[in-house]
Amino acid sequence: MTLSPLPLVALAELFPRGIAQYAAGGLLIGLGVATIYLGTGIIAGASTFLESTLSYVSDVPRFNRAKYLASRDWRVVFTAGIVGGAAVYALAFGEFGWTTEVQPWRLFVGGVLVGVGTRLGKGCTSGHGVCGVGSLSGTSLVNVATFMAVAIGTAQVVAALGVTP
Amino acid sequence: MSADDDGRGLAFTLVVLLGGLVFGFGLALSGMAKPEIVLDFLQFEDLGLLFVMGGAAVVSALTFFGATRFLDRAPLTGRGYTRRLKTMDRNVPIGGVVFGVGWGLSGICPGAAYASVGIGNLTILWAIAGMFLGAYVQGFARSSGTDETDTVDTVSTD
Repeated sequence: MTLSPLPLVALAELFPRGIAQYAAGGLLIGLGVATIYLGTGIIAGASTFLESTLSYVSDVPRFNRAKYLASRDWRVVFTAGIVGGAAVYALAFGEFGWTTEVQPWRLFVGGVLVGVGTRLGKGCTSGHGVCGVGSLSGTSLVNVATFMAVAIGTAQVVAALGVTP
Repeated sequence: MSADDDGRGLAFTLVVLLGGLVFGFGLALSGMAKPEIVLDFLQFEDLGLLFVMGGAAVVSALTFFGATRFLDRAPLTGRGYTRRLKTMDRNVPIGGVVFGVGWGLSGICPGAAYASVGIGNLTILWAIAGMFLGAYVQGFARSSGTDETDTVDTVSTD
C-alpha cells in the first residue's frame, strides 16, 4: 500500500518553485491574446512592435510598409498595457523594483540577436510560441522547435563556461 | 492589404489596452519577466515555463478554434476571425536559430522584456535597446527586399 515517494521527489526537483504561478501566468497570457482577438480579430504578437515603432523615426522602407504604419499606434498601446499590467502585478505582490543580476552585456548582445532573429523568423515567443502554436501553424512549430533547441544549447554552453549570472 | 487600420475608436483602444494589461500581468506572474527564471528553465533547473507556454497556447488555441468556427466577425473592426499562419521559407529556421542564441544568452524575449520594465527592472533596458538595434539592423539590411507576403490568412470558415 505504501506508495514510493520517489516520483514526487523527482517532480519537486523539476519544479522547485511549484507550478501554480506558471500555469496561472500562462492562462492570463493566453487570455490577454484572446481579449484582443475576440474584440478586434487581431492576433497580437509582441515583437512586431520593434519594427512598427521604428517606423516613427526611420525612413528605411522595411519599417514603413503599410501593415506597420497601420498598426504602429495600437502596438504602442498594447506594449504600454504589457508594461502597466506587469507593474500592477509587481505593486500588488510587493515585487516592484526587482532587478535582474544578469550582466548588461548578456542582455544587450542577447537583445540584438533577439531583435534580428524574431524579425527574420517572423515572430517570437508570443507570436510563434503562443499564437502560432495555438493556430497549429507548421511554420510556427518549426520556428519554436528551432529556437527552443538552440536556446537550451546556448544556455547550457554559457553556464558551462562559467558565466554567471 | 492588411487592414489593421480598421476600427480605431475608443473601444478598440481600450480593448487593446486591456488585453495588454492582462498579457503583461500574466508575464510578470509567470516569472518570464525575470531572465533568471527563463535561464533556469533552459538549464533544466526549473521546467515551469512549460506550463507558461503550454497554458497560453491552449487558451489561444481554444479561442482561435472557437472563433473561426462559431463566430462571424470581430465586433470592433468587422474583421473576420483567422488563424495565425505565416508562410514558410528558409528565414524561419534561420531566424529561430538567431533568436534561440539570443534568448539562451540573455533569458529575454520581447514581451517579457516590456513586462520586466513594468516590474521596475530598469537593467532590462539594455536588452530592449539591443532588440531595437537588432530589428533596425535586419530591417536596414533587408530594406531592398520585397517579401511582402508574410501572412496567409485563412478564411474564417477554415
